[in-house]
Amino acid sequence: MIVTLVVELEDKPGQLLRVIEPISRLGGNIISIVHDRHRISPLKRIPVEFVIDIDSDRFDEVIGRIRESGIYIRSFNEVRLKATASVLLIGHIIHTDLSDTVNRIDESGFAEVVEMHITMPKLNAPSTALITISARGKKELKEAIQILKEICSDKNITVIEPLNEDAYD
Amino acid sequence: MRMIRVAIFGFGNVGRGVARALTNNRELIEKKIGKFEVVAIADSKSSIHGDIDLKYAVEYKLRHGRLPGDMKADELMENVEFDLLIDTTPTDVFTGEPGLSYIKQALSMGRDVITSSKGPLVVAFRELFRLAEKNGARMGYEATVGGAMPVVKLIKRELAGNQIFRLRGILNGTTNYILSRMEREKMPYSQILSEAQELGIAEANPEYDVKGYDAGAKLVILANTAFSFDAKFSSVRIVGIEDITPEAFEVAGEKGYTIRLVAEADSRGKLEVSPRLIKVTNPLAIYGTLNALLVETDLAGEVFVIGKGAGDRETASAIISDMVDIYGRDNGH
Repeated sequence: MIVTLVVELEDKPGQLLRVIEPISRLGGNIISIVHDRHRISPLKRIPVEFVIDIDSDRFDEVIGRIRESGIYIRSFNEVRLKATASVLLIGHIIHTDLSDTVNRIDESGFAEVVEMHITMPKLNAPSTALITISARGKKELKEAIQILKEICSDKNITVIEPLNEDAYD
Repeated sequence: MRMIRVAIFGFGNVGRGVARALTNNRELIEKKIGKFEVVAIADSKSSIHGDIDLKYAVEYKLRHGRLPGDMKADELMENVEFDLLIDTTPTDVFTGEPGLSYIKQALSMGRDVITSSKGPLVVAFRELFRLAEKNGARMGYEATVGGAMPVVKLIKRELAGNQIFRLRGILNGTTNYILSRMEREKMPYSQILSEAQELGIAEANPEYDVKGYDAGAKLVILANTAFSFDAKFSSVRIVGIEDITPEAFEVAGEKGYTIRLVAEADSRGKLEVSPRLIKVTNPLAIYGTLNALLVETDLAGEVFVIGKGAGDRETASAIISDMVDIYGRDNGH
């Protein structure tokens, strides 16, 4: 699994190693490390964000070892959904069972509707929704949008897709 | 010095625009291509040929709604000697006529052709080029896509030697005008359309534009040029703009998007015209009746052109650029 981990390190030599070592000992792969020197804490500690790919069974042990070495862990959480895109829908979105539309994306197991903004100008007029979908990866995201397009085609809803591949990041 | 003898078929706005441009810029054009004369002009029902005074022909047509002679275009084709046919007849993307028959006949006779009509190229792109090659004739069609905006020769010449991955364009000014006004003024589609019709930006029958057919036809021509496809109009997935609401722009705007009718073709065969969400910072998020094309290539990276996509002067500009391309002294012909 992919995890982001934010620790606070004192500004002195050897600190980084105390985080890296347990990760690599337990088979984790460090994808990125970002030092944020501009957001130094009141105790003059520097927040550092790690993105790690690690076996989920071993992650608790990594956290335990880092804590034992006296490092302050600010937060950690699993990154489950890595690709996001917004799609615009125009039509009778509510009357064609919106919850069904959303459920069918969520039921895929690899993608979820994470945000939605709907406007309904007047009764019986078509409404508009900007739906944001997150998925495990780009491939899954494209698949989820394909599912949405099929649902909308059945329900006579117009789907407007984003132009750029950047939109799938 | 050889005299280039020109026939103009189609004498509506575009044909008359060409006649005016050939009159006004004659000196400039002749410096580039040598002497030329227009020896025949035909519209759908009448014609003029011989030693033509272009100003007189334009004025006659405006005053009488026709030209002085009764000979038809196909009779002129048989009876008048010319080197270049400039076809500005109206476009029908389903049959290609009337331009298609004229162009075929001219090419078969080894005469060069420059056309502003999309129909013939959408219906018979490869066939026309094979015919031209067989008969040693040349064909220019810069005016069929993007008005004065240089796109056909950009792809064929300037970017020759590049692998082209993808084309994305705003190829229809009328729909872009409607969408960009909808974005800025939050007016409903029908109201903007009727205003656009009053302003002469949209046709009385706007279907061709708003259903995306015009952009689809242009995409076929560009894709066939860039990717050596033999795509037809029916190969394009087309969605028009009629369902777009002003609210859609509001909702999209909150995420930094706007909506434009984007024509897209790629080297793997995708051909699509549809309304798309695009970032307001994207170069394709243009306003008003402008057209634009973004070409993605391996060597040159991304090349972007923008310009006026319609209008008689702009179309005449493209037609004359084809004349210079075919007969230009710098080209070694």
